[in-house]
Amino acid sequence: MSAQSLDPATLFGLCGAALVGIGLFVVITHPGLLRRIVGFNILGSGIFLVFGAVARRGAGAGFDGDPVPQAMVITGIVVAFSATALAVALLQRLFDLTGRETLETEQEPLPRSGP
Amino acid sequence: MISLVDAFTLLAIGAGAILFLAGTLGLIRFPDTLSRLHALSKADNLGLGLIVLGLLPQATSTAGALKLVCVWLLAQLSAATASQLIAGAVHRRKSGS
Amino acid sequence: MTLLLDLALVAGLLALALHIACVRDDRNAIVSFIAFGLLLGLGWTRLASIDVALTEAAIGGGVTGVLLLRAEAHLRTGKTSDTSKNRGTSKSRGASTSRGATALAAIACTGVAAGLALVVLTFPAPAPTLAPAAAAALPGTGLGNPVTAVLLAYRALDTLLEKVVLILALIGIWSLAPDMLWGGAPSLRPAVVPEPLAYLAQMLPPFGVLIAVYMFWVGADAPGGTFQAGTVLAAMWLLVMLAGLRPAPETRRLALRLVLVGGPALFLAIGFLGFAIADGFLSYPESIAKPLIVGIEAALTLSIGATLGLLVAGPAQTAPGR
Repeated sequence: MSAQSLDPATLFGLCGAALVGIGLFVVITHPGLLRRIVGFNILGSGIFLVFGAVARRGAGAGFDGDPVPQAMVITGIVVAFSATALAVALLQRLFDLTGRETLETEQEPLPRSGP
Repeated sequence: MISLVDAFTLLAIGAGAILFLAGTLGLIRFPDTLSRLHALSKADNLGLGLIVLGLLPQATSTAGALKLVCVWLLAQLSAATASQLIAGAVHRRKSGS
Repeated sequence: MTLLLDLALVAGLLALALHIACVRDDRNAIVSFIAFGLLLGLGWTRLASIDVALTEAAIGGGVTGVLLLRAEAHLRTGKTSDTSKNRGTSKSRGASTSRGATALAAIACTGVAAGLALVVLTFPAPAPTLAPAAAAALPGTGLGNPVTAVLLAYRALDTLLEKVVLILALIGIWSLAPDMLWGGAPSLRPAVVPEPLAYLAQMLPPFGVLIAVYMFWVGADAPGGTFQAGTVLAAMWLLVMLAGLRPAPETRRLALRLVLVGGPALFLAIGFLGFAIADGFLSYPESIAKPLIVGIEAALTLSIGATLGLLVAGPAQTAPGR
């Protein structure tokens, strides 16, 4: 990778790919649900950065970037926030009702303990 | 040879950057919350002020320059409030529990 | 020389992401995530996407941070105040997936990241772009900012559906309140309101509203627009509610619900009007395209501000009054 291929688009695109990996790992393996929500946001940010790389490379006709991927990312950020808000509300309700903030991963012999 | 304006910008931004570095060092090295807040507020106010001062000659219009000053004033307001809130929480925790 | 800045930003982003993945304490992770959002906003300016940078700094760094911090505080106080209840798998025991499963997940995630990196490195060489098409159609909309044109003219349907998604999320959050509290007000005011917070909540909102109106107005020709302005409005409203200067509104109030649906309703109405006065759904006649778009944006900004604020406020926590 020579220096001229490391333009901002490629660099941030690679960063986005790495963030997707890290965010996905947090979502899959972390026991706490709140951290998984943060991981979901990191995953989303990584995907948006890849879109940003596409937008930057699509510069032309007097613009510094292709406006269509940028608009999609703006939409994505807002929708990701609303999903985060719903997930956080669900987590708080789960915690209020059962006292747990993780999803049970082990088998329990007597599963029903009542709300 | 860089112009006088550019030299002033570089000096002011450099000084501001050094102040931010000092503030970060204080954040890392100071022992307790209150002294760390003290270090951070120096960086926020004076460091950002120097950076804004350095950028003022580079502004393309009066409106742009005024917006830069607005940024500095807003950052000061929010940083001051945040420091007060954190310090108050620390104080309450020490005296309450 | 700017390569150094880009590398520093990327290094900071990756370091913060790894820190969030590994640190034990949730609050540490959330504060790191707020810093991550702000660095990401800077990164977007390096990608010449100023509108996205504004949105990321406002929503990704700001409002999401408030949401997560409040949730973490709720979870923390719930845990310490009630120790007699039988708790499930606690964090301290770390009863998570086994070592083997974690390693397998790490390998899979590395594979996904590597695959995406390969895609990024092998992007087609003359990059396909819609910029010329966007530029060519821009005079027809009367706008100067191509991103606003994409959001409100070329892909207006996406923006309309996104607004509806926001409202659906809000209804989902409201429905999480117990049945007897339906229609009540969420509670945002903390038990003790520190005086600096009350002072900030009195000083900042007028400027915040001014900045929001400016961002909405200038978004037609320069970076800015409805989402950024709406987020600043939501932030000012949240500040006022958090400082206890105004109570959170009851969710059954008609005026509140009208503000929430006013934006998308106007958008939908103008969309259907397009059948009568222009080419079809959501198409604008060229002569009044800009006034229509600005009108839609104004209503949308208010709706988005109210919706985002209520998304953070959460479900009702007090029963509705008489």
